[in-house]
Amino acid sequence: MRWFWIDRFLAFHRGSHAVAVKTISLSDHEIADHFPAYPLMPSSLIVEGLAQAGGLLVSDCRGFRDRVVLAKVSRAVFHRVARPGETLTYTVHLESLQPDGAMVRGESRLGEHLQAEAELYFGFLEDRALPRDLFEPADLLRMLRVFAMYDVGQDEQGRPLDIPPRLLAAERSQNQMPAV
Amino acid sequence: MPPTKDEIYAKIRTALVDALGVDEDEVTPDSTLVGDLGAESIDFLDIVFRLEKAFQIEIPRAELFPEDILTNAQFVQDGKVTATGVAELKKRMPFADLSNFEANPLVQEFGNLLTVNDMCRYVASKVGSTS
Repeated sequence: MRWFWIDRFLAFHRGSHAVAVKTISLSDHEIADHFPAYPLMPSSLIVEGLAQAGGLLVSDCRGFRDRVVLAKVSRAVFHRVARPGETLTYTVHLESLQPDGAMVRGESRLGEHLQAEAELYFGFLEDRALPRDLFEPADLLRMLRVFAMYDVGQDEQGRPLDIPPRLLAAERSQNQMPAV
Repeated sequence: MPPTKDEIYAKIRTALVDALGVDEDEVTPDSTLVGDLGAESIDFLDIVFRLEKAFQIEIPRAELFPEDILTNAQFVQDGKVTATGVAELKKRMPFADLSNFEANPLVQEFGNLLTVNDMCRYVASKVGSTS
């Protein structure tokens, strides 16, 4: 299932902050019906977009080894509506990274206007009964490439982001599989 | 100058109101964070983050929640913390009133131990408050 609520990253600074954009289209199924006569980007999906950008910022810090999930939205404020044809710019800052979770502060802008603000807490799943990965590693890497994360991403020293070897190996393995 | 006890209490109450969505008058010195105020595990990350910001301190999780004791067979038997374990908890958590827990030291009850007062004493010990 496709559940992408960011289009791509404009900037990604490991362990610090990231900027992503989402252009709202009337062809987005969830928007066309919300509401039919006055389509708006649902606020919950703006939080989802901030959480996807923030979750990747957190996951990258930990080499995509952990199962990072949005655990709590402690604050969300919406200042204006966002409509088809407009582009939301999400900026997320990693405020705290702990052994058991992380806090990200996010804001959404429409041009120069502050559109929304949110404080998001992420947990790291410990339940060993669950699969090791929330995403297949090769699928995850494809998603990160689509988001242009490795095109714009920089590590703490300003060098291009390295791709975790585990993800590269999974991608190679998937590419070598014969087509069915 | 370190904050007074009243200032510490006020800031902690604000942090709990913001993190847990409770009303100010629900927060009393004797309120337990889990049982009375409804804190869940992820809320502790939120609370700790707010306290670190409010008081400009670092709060290592193991100081507030020495969970390693509760998972150590040396300190736990049949789901209860042993006398040695309780002594170790007292040593590690001098800010916490363990008298109720000591009477029936079930491991599963440990999460419901901390009160607002305990948090105040902990923060006071970190910021050096005396008054």
